[in-house]
Amino acid sequence: MIAKKAGSVVFENVKKTFGAFTAIPDLSLTIEPGTLVTLLGPSGCGKTTTLRMLAGLEHPTAGRILIGGKDVTMLPANERDVSMVFQSYALFPHMSSLDNVAYGLESSGLSRKEAREKAEEGLALVGLAGMGGRLPAELSGGQQQRVAVARALVLEPQVLLLDEPLSNLDARLRRKVRTDIRELQQRLGFTAVYVTHDQDEALAVSDRIIVMKEGVIAQAGAPRELYEAPASSFIADFMGEANVVACEVLGVENGKARVRIAGVEHSVPAGNREKLGAASLAVRPGAVTLSEGRGEGLSGRVLHSAYLGDHVEYEVETDVGTLFIVDHAVDRILPAASDATLGFKTRGIAIIDS
Amino acid sequence: MTHGNRRLDIVLILGAVALTLLPWYRIDGGFFGFGWLAGFPLSAEAAPGLVQIALHGQLWLAVAVLLLLVAGAARGMADPMRRGAVLAWAGAIGVVFLSLQGLAVGFTGWTWTISETLFGPLADGQPSMGAGAVLSAVTFVLFFAFGLAERGVMKGDAFVVSAISLLVFLVAVFVFYPIGSMFIGSVQDFDGSFKPDGFVRNMQDASLWSLNCVVGAGRCGVAWRTLWLAIMTGLGSTLLGLAFALVATRTRFPFKKGLRLLTILPIITPPFVIGLALTLLFGRSGVVTQGLSSLFGVEPGRWLYGLTGIWIAQVLSFTPISFLVLIGVVEGVSPSMEEASTTLRADRWRTFRRVSLPLMKPGLANAFLIGFIESMADFGNPLVLGGSNGVLSTEIFFAVVGSQNDPSRAAVLAMVLLFFTLSAFLAQRLWLSGKNFATVTGKGDSGAHIALPRGLSIAVHAVVLPWIAFTLVVYGMILVGGFVKTWGLDNSLTLEHYAKAFSIGFDGGINWTGVAWNSFWTTMKIALISAPLTAAVGLLTAYIIVRQKFTGKNAFEFALMMSFAIPGTVIGVSYIMAFNLPPLEMTGSALILIACFVFRNMPVGVRGGIAAMSQLDKSLDEASLTLRAGSFRTIRKVILPLLRPAITAALVYSFVRAITSISAVIFLVSAEYNMATSYIVGLVENGEYGVAIAYSSMLIVVMLVVITGFQLLVGERRLRRENRVAGLAQSASSQEKTA
Repeated sequence: MIAKKAGSVVFENVKKTFGAFTAIPDLSLTIEPGTLVTLLGPSGCGKTTTLRMLAGLEHPTAGRILIGGKDVTMLPANERDVSMVFQSYALFPHMSSLDNVAYGLESSGLSRKEAREKAEEGLALVGLAGMGGRLPAELSGGQQQRVAVARALVLEPQVLLLDEPLSNLDARLRRKVRTDIRELQQRLGFTAVYVTHDQDEALAVSDRIIVMKEGVIAQAGAPRELYEAPASSFIADFMGEANVVACEVLGVENGKARVRIAGVEHSVPAGNREKLGAASLAVRPGAVTLSEGRGEGLSGRVLHSAYLGDHVEYEVETDVGTLFIVDHAVDRILPAASDATLGFKTRGIAIIDS
Repeated sequence: MTHGNRRLDIVLILGAVALTLLPWYRIDGGFFGFGWLAGFPLSAEAAPGLVQIALHGQLWLAVAVLLLLVAGAARGMADPMRRGAVLAWAGAIGVVFLSLQGLAVGFTGWTWTISETLFGPLADGQPSMGAGAVLSAVTFVLFFAFGLAERGVMKGDAFVVSAISLLVFLVAVFVFYPIGSMFIGSVQDFDGSFKPDGFVRNMQDASLWSLNCVVGAGRCGVAWRTLWLAIMTGLGSTLLGLAFALVATRTRFPFKKGLRLLTILPIITPPFVIGLALTLLFGRSGVVTQGLSSLFGVEPGRWLYGLTGIWIAQVLSFTPISFLVLIGVVEGVSPSMEEASTTLRADRWRTFRRVSLPLMKPGLANAFLIGFIESMADFGNPLVLGGSNGVLSTEIFFAVVGSQNDPSRAAVLAMVLLFFTLSAFLAQRLWLSGKNFATVTGKGDSGAHIALPRGLSIAVHAVVLPWIAFTLVVYGMILVGGFVKTWGLDNSLTLEHYAKAFSIGFDGGINWTGVAWNSFWTTMKIALISAPLTAAVGLLTAYIIVRQKFTGKNAFEFALMMSFAIPGTVIGVSYIMAFNLPPLEMTGSALILIACFVFRNMPVGVRGGIAAMSQLDKSLDEASLTLRAGSFRTIRKVILPLLRPAITAALVYSFVRAITSISAVIFLVSAEYNMATSYIVGLVENGEYGVAIAYSSMLIVVMLVVITGFQLLVGERRLRRENRVAGLAQSASSQEKTA
């Protein structure tokens, strides 16, 4: 059976430059053993570089990396106790799936027989028992992906690295595979570092999410924390869409904040905000109520509306800018150029520094 | 550090072996004769390093022992950074020290006056380096590499650092050291003192730089003539190559497959054979000359022996190469560009002139430079056809072997030749890099190339068809020539020449009685030894260039590529100048021929390897590394199996090149190790054309057999591999879509 050997990961002031370009200026982070942590961010944010430094495929320009408490900064990839699932899977096209899975075991010094036995176990673990004889080209995309996971897991690494493992799968398969990976991780209890640029994926699988931007950690926390209490408009917008609206915080009491938006007072959830004065409001598209005609509240004018089956998407022009709104009242659709009055719900709104 | 200790132990043991168990100096009878075992370990000739220090007064060698001990002491150090530093320094100092002592102490004592004044006179000198010294140098290079790897260079990958270090070391010894010693040799007197008289005299020589053909009466200098010839050959082969490429891709010419067969001709044709065939046609007693003289009473002329003849032979020889380059260029022009042009109301002629041709321009410039460099480097054709009108490469040869025997002149001529080819090479690299629009992007590009304008189509056919006929006649001459008794005088058919070259006797076992067998078997043996070495070194270099990033990589690649632009004659001259005396003495051995082939033919392996390796997804290597496999295991288990076709191609090509090359070889052969090509040139010089032609056609046939044999093998493999890699390519492309 595949044993549990979860290790922690520590980055201490890691810096990475490529020539004149600084990919990571100064990164420090800690990953607890047995957790699945996602590195999330737009392309070019340094998340893949971070993962590759952890794997030993890149070496940091300065700083230290520890895996399971041991300094591995200078260790080459093949001497580190981690293994990686590649975006392209990188299955060796000239070897059968079984040979692919056994490859790492044989490199670690196991006899051919032991390696094959263990590889069979690994394939069974990902539900591919009996498929060992096939070449990668003879497997479907989802099966190839599972071979890649098995190949990495059988080495019983302290940390499993996954580099956008779902990006080659179609949308339907993606949901199933991400559930499988999460289930496997919780069952076997290994530490996993998962890189993705898709926030849904990150929310679905992670114990903790680290959002990166231009080589710096923008915010780290549990999925819920990031979604409901984003620290900046970047996070708010990246973790699901959000409208950013300028506001002034007038007072906070009982977890509610009184804010003034374009001269109109509203009550919104305060989160852990205490400071008064100028701020911004991150408003999810679904957190805005929309009523016909002029009334009490923020007034606006509908620019576009689009019917999408179970909801309607609006773009509404207001005094604080054009807002994107998702409305589930599909029986009544406001046509373009009609007047509307906007209100705010109690969820899906967060106060952030402007 | 367990990995680090094991490899370090092995190299430490090797270092100890080099100092204690192997003869330090060169054994006259050859190391593999094992005659030295008798005098081992005490005699001065066969003693290992330690004994040389203790008994024979080579006290300075103690430095090498000391450095080995330092490296041994470093093994026990705990801190990897310090340990790495000590190892790297011990290695670097060791290599520098071994080279310096080798250069500084010659047969009789100090070679340099400066060292004599510094350290006082030496009682005794030393012979050339032998097995012990060479192995010791290699260990120091490895110490250096391991030290750097432990300090985290190349992500701590000891195999890659070692490979790079060894390659740099080898290229330095076998390319830059000979060229450098040729430069130094040209301004040195026999006793090693600085004396530029010969250099200055030869540099100012009128026969080299004279412009008489332009401004006065008489002939121009050999440098100008060579330059003129190279430009004309470059132009001629480029235009012809373009015509061929256009016919092959843009017309409805019925024998396109046959046209492509042309491209393998230069590979299998020994370089002087075309010249030889031309003499049989147009020489004084050639078929055409004789025919014309008897029909019209035209006096048989000697017009062929000179630049005109060389030019025809070179254009014949290099047009297929230019065709090969240009066919890629012409096909690389995206059909959609041409289709776009026609939808913009341009007719075919305008499309060709304004769109297709400008897009091909960088490719044409490239083909021209290749023709230029090949012409400069060509030795075989000028030797056969040059007569008294030599070019630089032949002048170099005659300066060394002829009655002049003027090494300084040879060195100067070689420098001038090197200057021309390196300038062309630099132009190609710097000026043309990044200017190639006509690259295939990998995106699906449907549509067909439009046909040529009618007038142009007729014109290219009018050029190509006669030229094909001419080529066929020339090659026909080569095949028939061996069966004709004496050209021009007695045209009756005979097997005499073949019998003379390849007869076999059967009294008491097989006797290889033919005159050609000796050189034939030597050639095969040396080609067989050097082919795998060439392929290995070439592919390793390709792996490093494609897959590894390191500071100085551009310089590394540039230096390697530059060494390919060095003409064979220059290599030949520099090898005999460098490897005739200590510290490395190899002239007259098979080793020097093998080294020459490996470093001359490496480009084939490198280019093929680069092309093949760029198609393999880099994540395959990385996956293997994260699966606990080192670089060496990755290469062996993942990369090599996927590169099999490239390997076979490199093997075949370097085998064939070793058989056909002449320019460098002719300087390096000896009575014991004579190669087929230099033997044939000898036959030509003696006027034995029949036997020479017979031997040449035999070589062509042998190479054809080898190539077709391998082609069949490779063809099969390629099918299988493409099937496998298809899945890979698919996943790569779908990844692009979703990302």
